[in-house]
Amino acid sequence: MNFGYYPGCSLQGTAKEFDLSLKEVLKVLDVNLNEINDWCCCGASSAHVMSHILSVALPARNLLLAKHRGMQNVVAPCAACYNRLKVSQHELKFDEKMRMKVEEILEEKISNGVEILNLIGLFQKIGLGKIKTAIKINLKEIKAACYYGCLLVRPHDILKFDDPENPSSMEEIVSIIGAKPIEWNYKIECCGASHSIDNTEIVEQLSKNILNDAIKHDANVIVVACPMCHSNLDMRQKNILKKYPQQKAIPILYLTQLLGLSMGLNYKDLGLHLHYINPVPMLEEKVKVEEVTI
Amino acid sequence: MRIGVFTCHCGENIGRTVDCPAVSKACADFPGVVHSEDYKYMCSDPGQNLIKQAIKEKNLNAVVVGSCSPHMHEKTFRKACSDAGINPFQVEIANLREHCSWIHDDVPSATLKAIDMMRMMVEKVKFNGPLTPIRVPVTKRALVIGGGISGIQASLDIANAGYEVILVEKEPSIGGHMSQLSETFPTLDCSQCILTPRMVEVYQHSKIKLMSYSEVENVEGFIGNFSVTIRKKARSVKDELCTGCGLCVQKCPIKKVALSEFDEGLATRPAMYVPFPQAVPNIPVIDRTICTYFKNGKCQMCKKVCGREAIDFEQQDELVKEEVGSIIIATGYKLYTIDKKPDDSPIHGYGEYGYGKYKDVVSGLQFERIASASGPTSGEMLRPSDKKVPKKIVFIQCVGSRDEAKGFSYCSKICCMYTAKHAMLYKHKVHDGEAYVFYMDIRAGGKMYEEFVRRAIEEDGVKYIRGRVSRIYQDDGKIIVKGEDTIAGVKVEIDADMAVLATAMMAQTEAPKLAQTLGVPYDKYGFINEVHPKLRPVETSSGGIFLAGACNSPRDIPDSVAMASAAAAKALVLFGSDMLEREPVVAKVNEATCAGCLYCKKVCAYNAVEAKEIKDRNGNLIKVVAYVNSGLCQGCGTCNATCPSKSVELLGFKDDQIYAQINAFAEV
Repeated sequence: MNFGYYPGCSLQGTAKEFDLSLKEVLKVLDVNLNEINDWCCCGASSAHVMSHILSVALPARNLLLAKHRGMQNVVAPCAACYNRLKVSQHELKFDEKMRMKVEEILEEKISNGVEILNLIGLFQKIGLGKIKTAIKINLKEIKAACYYGCLLVRPHDILKFDDPENPSSMEEIVSIIGAKPIEWNYKIECCGASHSIDNTEIVEQLSKNILNDAIKHDANVIVVACPMCHSNLDMRQKNILKKYPQQKAIPILYLTQLLGLSMGLNYKDLGLHLHYINPVPMLEEKVKVEEVTI
Repeated sequence: MRIGVFTCHCGENIGRTVDCPAVSKACADFPGVVHSEDYKYMCSDPGQNLIKQAIKEKNLNAVVVGSCSPHMHEKTFRKACSDAGINPFQVEIANLREHCSWIHDDVPSATLKAIDMMRMMVEKVKFNGPLTPIRVPVTKRALVIGGGISGIQASLDIANAGYEVILVEKEPSIGGHMSQLSETFPTLDCSQCILTPRMVEVYQHSKIKLMSYSEVENVEGFIGNFSVTIRKKARSVKDELCTGCGLCVQKCPIKKVALSEFDEGLATRPAMYVPFPQAVPNIPVIDRTICTYFKNGKCQMCKKVCGREAIDFEQQDELVKEEVGSIIIATGYKLYTIDKKPDDSPIHGYGEYGYGKYKDVVSGLQFERIASASGPTSGEMLRPSDKKVPKKIVFIQCVGSRDEAKGFSYCSKICCMYTAKHAMLYKHKVHDGEAYVFYMDIRAGGKMYEEFVRRAIEEDGVKYIRGRVSRIYQDDGKIIVKGEDTIAGVKVEIDADMAVLATAMMAQTEAPKLAQTLGVPYDKYGFINEVHPKLRPVETSSGGIFLAGACNSPRDIPDSVAMASAAAAKALVLFGSDMLEREPVVAKVNEATCAGCLYCKKVCAYNAVEAKEIKDRNGNLIKVVAYVNSGLCQGCGTCNATCPSKSVELLGFKDDQIYAQINAFAEV
């Protein structure tokens, strides 16, 4: 199976482990990612507040490049990239004036043909059945709180992915690989992502609420599919722990890392050493490597 | 042809933008026109007299009036002409007001357009022929579909006027949603106490034939002459033998399998059941999907205990044919079920409110059952999860209603009132409890309604918060309600014990199917359409079929009852004469040229076209042709446009008439 690949900036920087683990897992599943040649910024973090047209034109350029390479679909693992690509595609489809402007900028006609997939969408395309056959390690002790954040499922009218108010597609994958998704209340609450840099205090407060609800509902790990979610819950957790001595730590894993674990991949290849909150002690306690079930 | 042309100024309405004297003058020169004049108000008595006088003096045999829309005054002018001795269908109206003066502002060009319009009508009227109204006999019986309060009221009104009624209800008992309610706003009288006497009256009325546990399967015919097929579903109990003693229900061993429909799933019912103690008729039904006898042939306990030998396991659905002259649709509503949305529906669910996930998040109707003396808690205010008294309760209005994002644009109309009532009932039973209401606006239009809401706020201390709830979740056994107070501009979080969702009223799931069977239009939500929202609110576009209650749009009890009586009055108007007169603007088939392809039958929205066999004198089939039942035909002209061989014509709008108009227009 072949998919176009748009890594975006996070997966080459702060979310390197996301990229690593994704590629490792796809190797096992015999899936090829073809990176878009000469891709540029998707406009997620600053373009869309600075210039609307830029925030539409940047993703449009990337999608055009994908089209030139004959790609049918593009995987954007970062939820912010996914969101930008989808929104741009939507706007160009329904706003003719905008489309003409962007065509002028890109000096090329735009035709919407590329399917944009987020991480979960990618696994759904690959097929949950196929993933199941690749499972080697028993993860039944892992109680995972699946955290969707905002960008993966909203705005629903454009993304048309899962139920925006009560999504469940990540839980489906988590249970396929034998881990236990928990019921909790904060799976779509805001982590404060937009204020990550300028107002970390808000972020810490919001992220703390999320962490605590997961802990309260007996989770031993939070699973995410977005680098923003990850940095707010993982990186900011350090500070939260420092500020509140009562606070318990909980590791934050990318969905791909959990998948990798279930496939028996090693910690280093999955980038598990790259987290602020070290997941290894928890994993050593909960994941019994000898319990191989095929 | 001697045509008279009359141009109306409609006060200033036409006169301001159309030079009426000029139009009148121009019309005088049209070939065939022997009289032309203009007048300020042609519809007034003196105006009509001008027409009548001209007809007599100039011996006119056709008339064209340039005035307002034919919807307004076609009847007036036709009658005036008819009084003066011309066939009323020799009169044509040019709509100079809506189609010309109101939409233009340049006088010279509007005047030219008006002249064109008049010329077209003059040319058309030359091809008009005299038509006679269609007369059809009336069967003086009514069918009422739906046994809720609307259907009950309509049935009683018609029956009390002395005409027979067949009341069809799909559930085992009549009573509808009103029978589930605890108390009613704004008087707080007990719903069942005021309803059950009506239900009994229906049952005992000699003129009402009650068919419960039955559904309308098919409807044929037309106003005054409907032929209805009703499916009487198998109760497995012979209703003529059953005395309603209830022993079989008591002894049925399958007690806890099925959730009670009447109690909105808050309690269970046996496989052998009557929906509620005051059910009418008080005859049980066997739920064959869970009865052990129907599943594996064992038990028969009900049969053993029945002293009247009324249990009949072999009973089959029965199809009953009835002839009626009028049909009243009173199928009511259902509540939006809030869960995840069904795949094929444009309606979104409210995953964020956790309905179905948390037992203590209930719908409005479920709360009615909790508050009702006949409900699962015998009227005690106990929450479903642990049967404890909720000390803090949150009511949320507009769940679905007025929420475009969820697929509803309309207001459900009753929720503001019943939520105030709920909060009040709660406070009356739990004095130290706190009740919160989240609302968008309070819409309390109605007699004593605003006062009722104020009473909830001022006397009973219900706390109203203007704003929406974004999320409900459970934490430490509490129902956490997160929302916004948009007046104070703050976020609100309430750790409640229970939440009640005032969910949108929706059309019954089967309503569109029934509407299709009856040939009446319905809107995108499945509510059945009235002909005119102001002037013909209880009539459908199919003659003889009327509407009552919430099947038309969300409606409370007083409105539903008023509408039911109105619908009954409409049916009674129909029954007031032995023969019906209908406008003869119907389609007619030229049997000589009709090839019998029956495309017209396929496109007819009113099931008015049927196949007719033409036989020779020995009874041998010569050919099959289309035949238009003039009682059913609504004169829409779709068959006319569809016919490949031009064999169907719409009387009053025949092809020559239309071509004459086009030619008159193209000549310029």
